[in-house]
Amino acid sequence: MLELQNIFPEIFLTLLLLFLLVFGVFLKDPFTLIKKITISGMLVCIPLVYLNFDNQILIFDKNYSINIFSNLLKIIILLSCIFCLVFTGQYLKRINLEKFEYMILILSSTIGMFVMVSANNLIGLYLGIELQSLSLYVLSSIDRKSLKSSESGVKYFVLGALSSGLFLYGCSLIYGFTGSANYLIINENFSIDNLGLIFGLVFIIVGLAFKISAVPFHMWTPDVYEGSPTSVTAFFALAPKVAGIGAFIQILFVAFNEAFVEWKSIIIFISVASMLLGSVAAIGQSNIKRLMAYSSIGHMGYALAGVATGVTVGISATLTYIFIYVIMNISAFTCILFFSRHKVYSEDIRDLGGLSKNHPIIAACFCLILFSLAGIPPLAGFFAKFYIFKAVIESEMYILAIIGLLSTVVSAFYYLRVIKIMYFEEEKEKFDEISGLGMKLSLAITSFLILFYFISPSYLLNLTDIASKVFN
Amino acid sequence: MTEITLGHYLLLAAIIFTIGIVGIFLNRKNVIVLLMSIELILIAVNINLVAFSVYLQDIVGQVFTMFVLTVAAGEAAIGLAILVVFFRNKGSIHVEDINTLKG
Repeated sequence: MLELQNIFPEIFLTLLLLFLLVFGVFLKDPFTLIKKITISGMLVCIPLVYLNFDNQILIFDKNYSINIFSNLLKIIILLSCIFCLVFTGQYLKRINLEKFEYMILILSSTIGMFVMVSANNLIGLYLGIELQSLSLYVLSSIDRKSLKSSESGVKYFVLGALSSGLFLYGCSLIYGFTGSANYLIINENFSIDNLGLIFGLVFIIVGLAFKISAVPFHMWTPDVYEGSPTSVTAFFALAPKVAGIGAFIQILFVAFNEAFVEWKSIIIFISVASMLLGSVAAIGQSNIKRLMAYSSIGHMGYALAGVATGVTVGISATLTYIFIYVIMNISAFTCILFFSRHKVYSEDIRDLGGLSKNHPIIAACFCLILFSLAGIPPLAGFFAKFYIFKAVIESEMYILAIIGLLSTVVSAFYYLRVIKIMYFEEEKEKFDEISGLGMKLSLAITSFLILFYFISPSYLLNLTDIASKVFN
Repeated sequence: MTEITLGHYLLLAAIIFTIGIVGIFLNRKNVIVLLMSIELILIAVNINLVAFSVYLQDIVGQVFTMFVLTVAAGEAAIGLAILVVFFRNKGSIHVEDINTLKG
């Protein structure tokens, strides 16, 4: 019984999910009430996670780890889910997608992500990944009258199931050749001379790279991002990425710590390829959701560069990066949800022409966010990249740092192109007025954080520094 | 008569796994075939896990297999449901017809 108190957040969310699923059936107009309960439940869950924040224990026969690292990631996941629900309310109403199952699916994928970042066992990790992915497959095709949405669901499902299969095959090899599914025992019994283990390691990395859409396993990302409803796209870009990076760090640094030399080169390759493709392939895009997809591929590349260093400084830089990435993407997608004319949402970046004259405040915010995504000082995005490159250079991986910096320059091009369209191209018709408080609020908070992050960066840095010490 | 060892089971699993992967990439006809290929991959994993479990005299592998079977059932259900939704919109489940989204 003593162990159960450590997983209060998971138990709470699961009970809430089961209750809401039944409760929603009995209500006549369930969406609004269920949405409020979901958001407040997630808000309550944050202090529940915080309750055990400093604990560092392994529970359930060392198969589930609760420590600062997993707790910090859980709080980031919860925050991104809450923001995602808050700022998409108006959008869901306008496109008639107010189904309460939407909330249920988001809740269940949140539980899956919690298990992913805490799992200390291959079985737990697999179940977490599947709980998360199965909910996401349904979410991406939730707009079932739209051809695009259902097609993105098919694509996501087929490639996601393939990646789960690869991941599982890796798990079976690792289990067979080390004799256990537990991370700690895997690490004890790992020998780099065994070819089967190396194969297993590669398969597991491939499966996880699929989930965070790193190159060369990114092919589903632009299509799924474009086809899904924009609120779902925003969710895809936020929480699953955090959980994926968390699971990546957890498995590489706990289970495969002995095989550092082996996985280092793989991660460096994935990271370099993601950075390059994320910056080059986005240049020709005119759909803003596809643009964000390539941008998120590139950002995952930078986050993995921190992991590739293999030291705690690198993990801490990655954590900081992922936190700032989440904040930037929340505000970017809030802005994208502003762009609707007569209740039709425009996704073409050429529709943004003259935004600065019609809606100066939104244009200024979007401009700020794009500068931050491109990594221009003194905005938060610059610091995020700065910590990563600092950690990479300290580990004497100069080529990785140089390629990273070059791709930053290239990626600045397409961010600046959007800004140019907003400020210097001819005016188009005005966008609809915004009525939702949620969107204004989340845009204000995140823009404030991005703009004034440089005043006290030490708070976040200390937190991620302590969290990364878990892997010492 | 040669004895069937762990190596034989692993080889069988590897062959089935490869057939599954190749089936996904070479299939140009029907999405249902993709679902079958995914099932093949999972079956290969299960053979692997059970063979290792018996070889190691360790029950964890069989527990893992049970979980994989359960999740695979759920995955197939969700996949077919998404496919039905897609068929309603498009009127076809040919792989070549999944081409609305590109860029």
